[in-house]
Amino acid sequence: MALRDKQGRPLVAVTGMGVVTSLGQGKDDTWAALTAGRSGIHRINRFPTESLRTSIAGTIDFIDVEPFCAPMLSERLAVLAAEEAVGQSGLASGGFPGALFIAVPPVEMEWPQRQALAEASGQTGDVTYKDLLKAAATGRFKAWHDLFIFGTVADRVADRFGTKGSPISLSTACSSGATAIQLGVEAIRRGETDAALCIGTDGSVNPESLIRFSLLSALSTQNENPEGASKPFSKNRDGFVMGEGGAALVLENAEAAIARGAKILGYVLGCGEKGDNFHRTRSSPDGSPAIAAIRQALDDANLSPGEIDYINAHGTSTPENDKMEAMSCTAVFGERMGSLPISSNKSMIGHTLTAAGAVEAVMSLLTIATGRMPPTINYQVPDPAIPLDVVPNAARDGDVKYVLSNSFGFGGQNTCLVFGAEPKGA
Amino acid sequence: MRDVVITGIGIVSCAGEGLDAHLAALSGVPNTDAETFAPHPVHPATALEWDRQIPKKSDQRQMEAWQRLGCYAAGLALDSAGVKEDAELKGRMQLIVSAGGGERDYAVDGQILAGLRTAEDPGVFLNERLMGDLRPTLFLAQLSNLLAGNISIVHGVTGGSRTFMGEESSGVDAIRIARERIASGQDDIFLVGGAYNAERPDVLLIYEMGGFLWKRPYQPVWSRPADGGGMILGSAACFLVLESREHAAARGATPLAALAGVASDRSRRQSGSVEQALHGLSRELKGKPDVVISGATGLRGITEEEQAALRDVAPGAAVHATGDVIGHAMEAQAPASVALAAGLIANGTASDALVTSIGHWRGEGALRLTKA
Repeated sequence: MALRDKQGRPLVAVTGMGVVTSLGQGKDDTWAALTAGRSGIHRINRFPTESLRTSIAGTIDFIDVEPFCAPMLSERLAVLAAEEAVGQSGLASGGFPGALFIAVPPVEMEWPQRQALAEASGQTGDVTYKDLLKAAATGRFKAWHDLFIFGTVADRVADRFGTKGSPISLSTACSSGATAIQLGVEAIRRGETDAALCIGTDGSVNPESLIRFSLLSALSTQNENPEGASKPFSKNRDGFVMGEGGAALVLENAEAAIARGAKILGYVLGCGEKGDNFHRTRSSPDGSPAIAAIRQALDDANLSPGEIDYINAHGTSTPENDKMEAMSCTAVFGERMGSLPISSNKSMIGHTLTAAGAVEAVMSLLTIATGRMPPTINYQVPDPAIPLDVVPNAARDGDVKYVLSNSFGFGGQNTCLVFGAEPKGA
Repeated sequence: MRDVVITGIGIVSCAGEGLDAHLAALSGVPNTDAETFAPHPVHPATALEWDRQIPKKSDQRQMEAWQRLGCYAAGLALDSAGVKEDAELKGRMQLIVSAGGGERDYAVDGQILAGLRTAEDPGVFLNERLMGDLRPTLFLAQLSNLLAGNISIVHGVTGGSRTFMGEESSGVDAIRIARERIASGQDDIFLVGGAYNAERPDVLLIYEMGGFLWKRPYQPVWSRPADGGGMILGSAACFLVLESREHAAARGATPLAALAGVASDRSRRQSGSVEQALHGLSRELKGKPDVVISGATGLRGITEEEQAALRDVAPGAAVHATGDVIGHAMEAQAPASVALAAGLIANGTASDALVTSIGHWRGEGALRLTKA
């Protein structure tokens, strides 16, 4: 088998994967639950939900960190996923021989810290940032500087795994996880590194982040039955459900991986990306940027639309995304879209935001490895406007060689990845 | 590998607007606001006529200051590269932005903090107030990748966009990866840069917690360590248009300078590690600099270590601190330093420039620019 692609670039193999979601820790637990159609969405008990329009999420409640805050939980999820991935790859877990690309949620100080500063200021009347600054000047809160700057999660993960060079922390909103993988693929193809650790992580379900999405009317408010709230592609879908998760992939130059006797789990064959300048939160009505990203990913993988066996959808369960995604896929895949299986992991784990593209990459590769397509659960009321084969409610077995995984995000972000069991023609 | 050249620069800061204003400010004292956030001086952004680069008021309203600064500088860079009106080119232009996050509603924060003290049920009180008082669109001014999103919307740069985070390092790495993608032939042309608003109490708060801020009247970066050290944050934005030499030539663009190399790493910070890192990075770049544009912070320890390293790796070179022109602009510091270096090469003052970026807390970077 040629270890370079049609353009002469090194093939990029996946040799390790790890994941943690609300369904469980590790890819075995998550995959078993996901293919059984189980939901990880539940009532939020991390904080009071009175007065909120949405009181459900796919939070990860079986992992505790101190102090409890988004950067600490995100770091922990990243480390757990990466331990599993690096462990599976067989590469050194303390001296990873390559670069780190990590999608992290934008962090900032949270309310417990603001409250502690306000209290330490001794101010008993109106509180202003002047008071908080006065408290900060005491030096008692020094550790919070490190905790709440943007590069810290990456720095700590880089320390833990001994990755090489300057780690890249990135955000492309809800396509961040896919972008982390894309950056790793590009670095290997350029020959800069033989290995890359690509991670997406998000542990940011807190009152303010939930309220921010809620105020944009992006979240489902069907709180009565949490497991049923995320219903991608259904007519009665009404928004996404926030989720938490972490996923890591070890990418390697296939030649180097084979030379060291590593087991190859699959290949990242293509990446596509296109910006959209229509609106800050909405996609171009004609879907042209998403269509361009899908086509670019297929071209990059040297595949024709007819060769894709399954689509791991972005499928957020918002009225707008699912319609746009269905339209864009139909534009690329034509009539075949009515019978091409496309399912959304988010129906079970919610939208893991910064992590989603990486979590769904792992699920795409497991689909290839096991020949089992996870379902879109909660599909009771089909939307006649988007007639798709969403693998409704129960997993399905089939021969899956090539998978397209879509990720779209606020700010006009569209990133698509193509995975394969083998490169074409192998 | 293909040569990578700089063909456009857009920069705004306390020194004004545009490259010439910034080159002129290499000698002199930067405009400083010592009052608004006393005891913390900041270098405030110059007043801008937003309409000139962000024509729609509705777009201006959707952005907070850091995004407006960035969007404005991005427009200047596109103008300077002569590509502003080329929709086809902008449609395949790649974008990498180095960014932190956006601002808060300070009045709402204060009211909530006061209310939480006496609230019967603080959690429920917080929910009620945030639901009632947060502007829905403020979120979009906070998200890190929405500077890139706004640049796409306002200027039509839609090849693909990625946002890097991680303070000073993100600025260096944004330029490094853009350069590598061009050099390897993956892409032809990039818009790369960052923006920072220093006139925000919440960012001052983060760095005050860490004990990093200078709290006396302005002093030049290099003289601060002797008096305890500290950084003065500056509001600034800088974008660069990078492209392959062939691509620039084919469209008749005149390069300002060549981006000969970018090196970055992260040392485990301890005494001597910054000095050692700079030696290593500059060896990688193989330059013989006649000018240094330093991103130095003015913090004690790392600033003197940088000075010591520069004496060895750039003997005889004129050394300028970007901080003495625009202040410390965090994610935007490295792009701004590159802009100054490119300007000095373009006007014939220098022929081989070393740009340094020693992060206030972590991350070391160095860039080399040469005559185009």
